[in-house]
Amino acid sequence: MGKRKIDAPATNGPDMRVNLAGIAMKNPVMAASGTFGYGKEYAPLVDLNKLGALVVKGISLRPERGNETPRIVEAAGGLINAIGLQNPGFDGFTKKHLPFLKKYKVPVIVNIWGRSAEEYAEVAGRFDGVRGVQGLEVNISCPNIKRGGIAFGTDPRLTAEVVAKTRRKTKLPLIVKLSPNVTRIGEFARIAEANGADVISLINSFPAMAIDIETRAPVLANVTGGLSGPAIHPIALKMVWEAAAAVEIPVVGMGGITSEKEALAFIIAGAAAVAVGTANFTDPGIILKVVKGIEAYLVRCKLKSVRELTGSLQLS
Amino acid sequence: MQTETASVIEQRSLGGDYRVLEFASSKVAPRVKPGQFIHLRVDERNELVLRRPFSVFKTGKKSLAILYKIVGRGTQILARLRPGDRAGIMGPLGNGFPLPASQTFPLLAAGGYGAAALYLLAQQARKKGIIFIGGATADDILCADDFKKIGWKVKIATEDGAAGQKGLATDILTEYLSEKSKMRQMALYACGPMGMLKAVAEIAVKNGQKAWLSLDRRMGCGVGACLGCVQKVKDGKSWKWARVCRDGPVFECRQIVWENGKWEKEK
Repeated sequence: MGKRKIDAPATNGPDMRVNLAGIAMKNPVMAASGTFGYGKEYAPLVDLNKLGALVVKGISLRPERGNETPRIVEAAGGLINAIGLQNPGFDGFTKKHLPFLKKYKVPVIVNIWGRSAEEYAEVAGRFDGVRGVQGLEVNISCPNIKRGGIAFGTDPRLTAEVVAKTRRKTKLPLIVKLSPNVTRIGEFARIAEANGADVISLINSFPAMAIDIETRAPVLANVTGGLSGPAIHPIALKMVWEAAAAVEIPVVGMGGITSEKEALAFIIAGAAAVAVGTANFTDPGIILKVVKGIEAYLVRCKLKSVRELTGSLQLS
Repeated sequence: MQTETASVIEQRSLGGDYRVLEFASSKVAPRVKPGQFIHLRVDERNELVLRRPFSVFKTGKKSLAILYKIVGRGTQILARLRPGDRAGIMGPLGNGFPLPASQTFPLLAAGGYGAAALYLLAQQARKKGIIFIGGATADDILCADDFKKIGWKVKIATEDGAAGQKGLATDILTEYLSEKSKMRQMALYACGPMGMLKAVAEIAVKNGQKAWLSLDRRMGCGVGACLGCVQKVKDGKSWKWARVCRDGPVFECRQIVWENGKWEKEK
């Protein structure tokens, strides 16, 4: 699975291709899970074939209703959400959404989650061999569900257990999405790698909250949510740098990308690829603009390949 | 659905915190149906990461106008726009109002700037009907002249009695329906605060009429991807989430599961 080759670029421009443990991407910019639906929603506005990869919303074994409303609130330079991983479940996704995505050439990565290590493994097993799915992103970092999610991503023993059990159930490339809610991110990156992750991605949103001072009540029905958007980029960048230094496997950097500048910073810090999330809401064309911006930067710096840039941070 | 960068043609005050903002729009404007909305990018500096949804008030061949109230940071930024300034428009979005059948008499109920969302419907309905506009005070009664100009009857209620009858739009709607209880087939349409929509729904059910309600929610993406703006709707004996941005914003009142929720105000 996932061994498709992407043709070399037709022009003499820089080589933007990236291969993430068998997921062949024509460029290093993917749509982050939770912010791009199942592709169909943005298809009238964005040529999906031009994305590096598309990571769909988190899928669990059975359909999930998610949290009560209100589910989102804006913060300065960010968005706090508590959707609660509402999704149609494995059957709903493969029957209702995957056929649409199969019409495109973009690598589809399915973000998966469960309420126990066994459930994670079972979802992964169900996707093993499903045509049209090039990889799995294991979400051990969602801050918005009471059981599972962030609990797995902040406990070294649980992280190891989830990744190891999931690994045994699938041959698909496994991207483990880490939580930023830990003191030593490198340690969790190493645990994921040691237990069979092919790639790690980070960061997920930060636990956060908003209060309506008139009613003195939390704005979100879930009380707390996850902060994403430009406000978190500098923190994400530091964590991506630390995680990339800790492992040999590729790293996908995300958190607050709004232009090629933040994306390039992640790559220089050590990311092989990046994902754009909240900025899709502000500008649905942002991913393609980031791709063009990276390409222009490579030309300006006389680099032949985006891969040359990964981990090129200059430390004196 | 399209995106375009649109220039401001005009920004005018309607008194108080209400404004009308008109954009030159060649891509979105010609496609708008009554009750649909646009998603407007109000901040280029990334402080505000979300666009803002606004019902389309009026459309021309190459222009569209929205009516808004300054209530939060997004609308404060909008109020600073001047002719020639540019803003990103995405739309038209949502499913809009079904037009009333030719033999159906349309009754509209609006709370404050909700009147703007009903204007295109009134303009395109084959029969001219009545709009019941309610507000806290006289400043909150909007668009009355616009409806009169296209031949609609306008009935007004204010909570403080400063204009029209003292009370709510739904009070005068109820009075009207009690007098005309044997009237021909009618269709109700409403846009306004959630409490008002719920009252219109109760009136519709009591009178055996359909009511099409336009819901206003804080939205993330505007296209159905993020699931931030969901509303509980009936699904057999159970319920399911509907996306206000994509499955709505207009719902028939019997679809909605009414709860004592807190409804969002900030724009």
